[in-house]
Amino acid sequence: MHEQTEGANHIRFESSAVGSMRFRDIVAFATGAAIAHRLRAGLTALGIGIGVAAVVLLTSIGEGLHQFVLTEFTQFGTNLIAVTPGKMETFGAPMGGAFGTVRPLSLDDAEALTRVSGVKATVPMVQGNAAVKGGGRQRRTSVYGVGSNFPDVFSFGVASGEFLPPDDPRTPRALAVLGRTLRDELFGLANPLGARIRIGGDRYRVIGIMESKGNMLGVDLDDAVYIPAARSLALFNRESLFEIDVLYDEAASVDEVKAGIHRLMMARHGGEDFTLTAQEQMLDVLGSILNVVTFAVGALGGISLLVGGVGIFTIMTIAVRERMSEIGLLGAVGAQRKQIQWLFLGESVVLAGLGGLLGLVIGGGGIELLGLLMPALPVTLSLQYVLFAEGIAILIGLVAGVLPAINAARLDPLEALRAE
Amino acid sequence: MKASRPARQLYVISSTESLSDRAIAETSKPIIELKGLRREFQVGDELVHALNGIDLQITAGEYVSIMGPSGSGKSTLLYILGLLDVPTAGGYRLAGVNTAQMNDDERASARQRDIGFIFQSFHLVPRMSAAENVELPMTLAGVAPDERRERVKQALEGVALADRAGHRPDQLSGGQRQRVAIARAIVTQPKVLLADEPTGNLDTASGDEVLHIMEALNQQGLTLIVVTHDPDVGERAGRHIGLHDGDVASDRVTGAGE
Repeated sequence: MHEQTEGANHIRFESSAVGSMRFRDIVAFATGAAIAHRLRAGLTALGIGIGVAAVVLLTSIGEGLHQFVLTEFTQFGTNLIAVTPGKMETFGAPMGGAFGTVRPLSLDDAEALTRVSGVKATVPMVQGNAAVKGGGRQRRTSVYGVGSNFPDVFSFGVASGEFLPPDDPRTPRALAVLGRTLRDELFGLANPLGARIRIGGDRYRVIGIMESKGNMLGVDLDDAVYIPAARSLALFNRESLFEIDVLYDEAASVDEVKAGIHRLMMARHGGEDFTLTAQEQMLDVLGSILNVVTFAVGALGGISLLVGGVGIFTIMTIAVRERMSEIGLLGAVGAQRKQIQWLFLGESVVLAGLGGLLGLVIGGGGIELLGLLMPALPVTLSLQYVLFAEGIAILIGLVAGVLPAINAARLDPLEALRAE
Repeated sequence: MKASRPARQLYVISSTESLSDRAIAETSKPIIELKGLRREFQVGDELVHALNGIDLQITAGEYVSIMGPSGSGKSTLLYILGLLDVPTAGGYRLAGVNTAQMNDDERASARQRDIGFIFQSFHLVPRMSAAENVELPMTLAGVAPDERRERVKQALEGVALADRAGHRPDQLSGGQRQRVAIARAIVTQPKVLLADEPTGNLDTASGDEVLHIMEALNQQGLTLIVVTHDPDVGERAGRHIGLHDGDVASDRVTGAGE
């Protein structure tokens, strides 16, 4: 070749055959080109920025909602299995007669379940509404018929006095424990311990007051009265319990405990006329539903990112048209087609990357603002989403820039030079 | 030698010292050899014969002007010499290398190493400073930043624009812009400088300055080929090639600019 006269003062090309531009020079070139049209580049980046901000904000809110709901549902503990009457199944045709019968869940069932291995305690549960009279006032409230294990199973203790004593479940004494709201409504500041109240005509003696649990999904958990399950069955004239809640050992496996409960209930009822729901599994389902919600709102934000990508595509297409003579010149001074392609691709990535950073600033500010306005909702800017959003922005820059960059590289340098 | 040519030597081109050594070693060799070069364009239904079989040899260090009326094929010839255009038929050897087999990338590499272009409309990148414009060919070639800075400084000193290094093209006069373009063309130390109507957009005084710089470079051994329709510019060369309808109509050596 013609290399024989390579003198000491002669220019040194980094690579012989392929012009390999330094990465930093590509970035500098791309940034310089973007800065040359400040307003245009700024608006294009803003398009991506709004998309990134939307994704960051919406996914953070979704994530916050997720945490909020899970906290609400786990405040009663997670090692719970609920046994409810009836099999959740849809039959194609009425089975009639013997198949259709559902044996009621009884207090004996609840007692028998304590013998299943891994089970720590069980609570029968009957719920209804009734008028409660006491302290010279009357209020309609939720009446919970429960067992003496209730505070242990639901990690829900008494604030003063004591909870229902472990009487014979079939013939318990007429004792009641008040929720905080009901106490305030009926007795105000007076001490209700030992007071007599009437629930649906029957007389009860107040022996305790529950600690406050506040609201859960808009329901006041403290507006309630707790009485023995057998009395509640009589009060509402029911045969069957609403459910039996089983607290199992943390060390035991859910599936084994469930299997044990299943065997025992099958033996007692002679058929599968009950349903087992593990809190843990329910939370898993709830969690995955909330994840879908988070993903869905994130996808909504993604649509605005897509629009931002279209903006980049448009601007880059215009830029290639406008800078034909520059592209021609690059060719004339020795740029290869691939290099021209990379330079323009770099420009769209710079635009998208800047937009991504802008979006993170907007989104982060929005999250701070939301935290001030709605302190209850635990919204946080998670690093995971930040990196994801910036990555997506850059990816969009790449995708949106590919076609314009290929068009720039395909130009015949001579024709591009002549385009004025 | 034309009497009008001033004796003053305004520009000292220190960055191209090695060019002289190289030029002496190659001086008797043809740097450009054309054999039966043809170029045809399809324009609508019509086949235009821009070049009709050109045979030409240009020796390293020559100062050649290519003249002819518009449509004579002179620009087409220049761009084929600069490897921006490809002949339809015929052979072209640049510095002994056959260019016929080169692909796009190889032609780009050859342009990077061997060719410097000067255009009528300068073709500076408007957003870049003079120094950045001069640096561009080396940036594309991946030359180390330190070396780039040094060579840009030398090249701008060579065209007496060291004090305008930070100015953008729109802050420079036409003559200064063309001098920046010259600095850019020679910064990679090419073998051949190709100029397409280099004074076409300039007033007489700045055009004269630009030609002086190019001629000074030629005197140091750089092969200089100028395409022009301006007889005053063309007459300054040592060899004059006249094109007419795609053929070489005249080829005379006056001995100037040797």
